[in-house]
Amino acid sequence: MTQRLTDDLINSIPYAKMLGVKAEFSDGGLLLILPYLKSNIGNPTLPALHGGAIGGFMEVCAMAELRRRAPELPFAKPIGVNIDYLRRGKPVETFARADIFKEGARVSNVRVRAWQESEDKPIAALSGHFLLPKAK
Amino acid sequence: MSAFIEKLWEIGPALVDGTPHARELGVKFVAIDKGLATLSLPYNVELIGDPRSRVIAGGAVTTVLDQSCGLAAIAGFDGFAQLATLSLRIDYQRSATPGKTIIAEAVCYKTTRHVAFIRATAHDGNPEDPVATAQAAFMLTGPLYKVTDDVTNTGKTEGQTT
Repeated sequence: MTQRLTDDLINSIPYAKMLGVKAEFSDGGLLLILPYLKSNIGNPTLPALHGGAIGGFMEVCAMAELRRRAPELPFAKPIGVNIDYLRRGKPVETFARADIFKEGARVSNVRVRAWQESEDKPIAALSGHFLLPKAK
Repeated sequence: MSAFIEKLWEIGPALVDGTPHARELGVKFVAIDKGLATLSLPYNVELIGDPRSRVIAGGAVTTVLDQSCGLAAIAGFDGFAQLATLSLRIDYQRSATPGKTIIAEAVCYKTTRHVAFIRATAHDGNPEDPVATAQAAFMLTGPLYKVTDDVTNTGKTEGQTT
């Protein structure tokens, strides 16, 4: 997947642009990057990233990875997600990668890990079911 | 109304506006009571998650639900404190209607010494037909500053959530 296609995919989502999300294609999947922006802060005194921004970032990651696998179809829709917050989101760059845990005909189960300094120290994790669009 | 709830009515809008990400999305304070908080998120094209349908992103709904749960937790703890989200479960019942304001209503139904349990609903006009429902757990990450009915000055007014 070329960097241009990856950029187009992310840039087609206004909400992802608002968060400042960037994406790269590496190791056979999308690596999403959430640059540090003051507008993603939830607690300015700590400071810490907003739980909603981290959750939304991981949701975008899941939907972008599903879309990458079927670029001719519309975006999948989230049915239900579980988000675990594991560490404080520091005011630095955050990364996320989605793993399609189970691919079904209509629904896929996706797991997303978000980290900052090191991938083996996740700051948050999401697992959720996404409704796949029907091929026309 | 307790002095604490009265204080929350007074500073509720500032608590939301003082949260940069809530402010960025356009989240607004609506109402507060003991263990209850209501916020709104007006429709904005920048929040769109699916360009074909123009429906706002699940993540934007996640943020307003998270923020309302945090505020309900403060109202439930009955004091000002630093809080962190531990877990958040969101079920999306249907797509939000493009153009309509999202209302998030949160109920903190239980607090322990360190943890608050909250349920929340997001709808776009009819509470009987929710867009999403949420279940959250928040943890205190610092001391709890109580506001007693006879002492109005607490010294501290921290109440942001992450």
